[in-house]
Amino acid sequence: MIEVSHCNLAYVQGASQVKVYDDFSLKIEPGESLVLIGPSGCGKSTLLYLLAGLLHPTGGEIKIWEEQVMGPRQKTAFILQEYGLFPWLNVERNVSLGLRVRHVSKRIYQRTVEEMIRKMGLWEVKHHFPSQLSGGQRQRVALARALTLQPDLLLMDEPLSALDALTRERLQKLLLEIWQEQKLTTVLVTHSIEEAVFLGSRILVLADGRPTHVMGEILNPLIGQSGYRQSSEFFRKTSYVRSLLEGRKAE
Amino acid sequence: MTQRGRGFQRQLLGYLGAALFLLALWQYAAWSLKTPMLPTPQAALRATARLLFEAKLGRHLWVSTYRVVLSTLLSLVFGLPLGLIMGYERQIDRFLAPLVYITYPIPKIVFLPLILLFFGLGDGSKIFLITLIVFFQILVTTRDAVRKVPAETISSLRSLGGNRAQVYQYVLLPASLPDVLTSLRLSMGTAIAVLFFAESFATTEGLGYFIMDAWSRAAPDEMFAGIIMMALLGVSLFIVVDLLETILCRWQHIKGN
Repeated sequence: MIEVSHCNLAYVQGASQVKVYDDFSLKIEPGESLVLIGPSGCGKSTLLYLLAGLLHPTGGEIKIWEEQVMGPRQKTAFILQEYGLFPWLNVERNVSLGLRVRHVSKRIYQRTVEEMIRKMGLWEVKHHFPSQLSGGQRQRVALARALTLQPDLLLMDEPLSALDALTRERLQKLLLEIWQEQKLTTVLVTHSIEEAVFLGSRILVLADGRPTHVMGEILNPLIGQSGYRQSSEFFRKTSYVRSLLEGRKAE
Repeated sequence: MTQRGRGFQRQLLGYLGAALFLLALWQYAAWSLKTPMLPTPQAALRATARLLFEAKLGRHLWVSTYRVVLSTLLSLVFGLPLGLIMGYERQIDRFLAPLVYITYPIPKIVFLPLILLFFGLGDGSKIFLITLIVFFQILVTTRDAVRKVPAETISSLRSLGGNRAQVYQYVLLPASLPDVLTSLRLSMGTAIAVLFFAESFATTEGLGYFIMDAWSRAAPDEMFAGIIMMALLGVSLFIVVDLLETILCRWQHIKGN
């Protein structure tokens, strides 16, 4: 279980203090695919940074599998908004970077990396630099790099927001497959309602304004069923999320 | 591969064309001005060939090359790490930045008398002076380059488990390298100008000395032989830095699809 308990986080802007989180709590079950959706600036990315251990709450605590988060964890993978790729490294070296940083010997990581590059359909471009890749390929490199670390928690910050519609749907399916296959606990931030309902086994709708608060929570047990995207249930859920985002009380 | 070969060929032709153009311009100026102070290119080249054997022009070239290359390396050894640290560590920067801002614009050349006093008349004083000047250029460029690195790139490495030293190794150094090499290329011009100045007195070796000596002996063709050597030195260093840039920053030269 991942537990965010009574967290506070504030930053100073001019003379005043802006509270991003005030006594915020959240629980995430193992194997859950939690999606955070809300307007820009509602603090959804900040939550990922807190979970990743890149930011520290000023009060309260965050525990991942009973262990308090003090800094970046070995088993947490974080895909940042612009993919976080390094423009000076080619695909292969970008994917292997996480393992190299952890001093895994080349003999051992070579195979893992090659397998992952093949699996993600990047074999043909493994010597290309990020600037030579399409948006979808870049996203797959980021995903490959995250998965080579064999994480038990995957955090993604608007991973598909810069992609065209078809690539986006293809990658949404890929993400869903990975989640189903590995039972990977996932927290994904998005501002697309469709994506939230397609990928989230639970959806948290966050409200505009400071401090961050939850407008509503939707359980979405049907994700991953074939034809879900075309079903009336899918449509009902997206309307519900939309109504929450617009601040209406749903019927 | 062939494309790279063709690119290189085109570049070489470009250099040749530019050299011929400059020679023609020089020839024209020499003919029309008709002053003994400006010899024709042929006279200067003849003098160069002659002096390479007789007057140890090669030795002067070597001394100058050694001074300028060593100074540049020293500037890199001190300026690059300090620039990286100042760019990333705000606490240290807050303390050092005012110091740099106050000292950077002061023309270091005015300290030559002091430098001569402490480092003597030999190589030491020349190398120190050039290093001092190039060091600041590299330091300031590196620091500014590090500041441009997006916070997300650093977060990305930290989330992969990278520690502070690895942030330097995997992010800050490669990210600032293109800017550092550009500043190095620009510094070459400064370094050679300072070299000339530093060699123009209190020494009997180096191209600066050679040129000034030829001037005082009213031997314009010999003076121009020195100038040709200095130009060659500058161009060669420029090309070396250019090559380094192509090799080390290949990712910068590849066009997106």
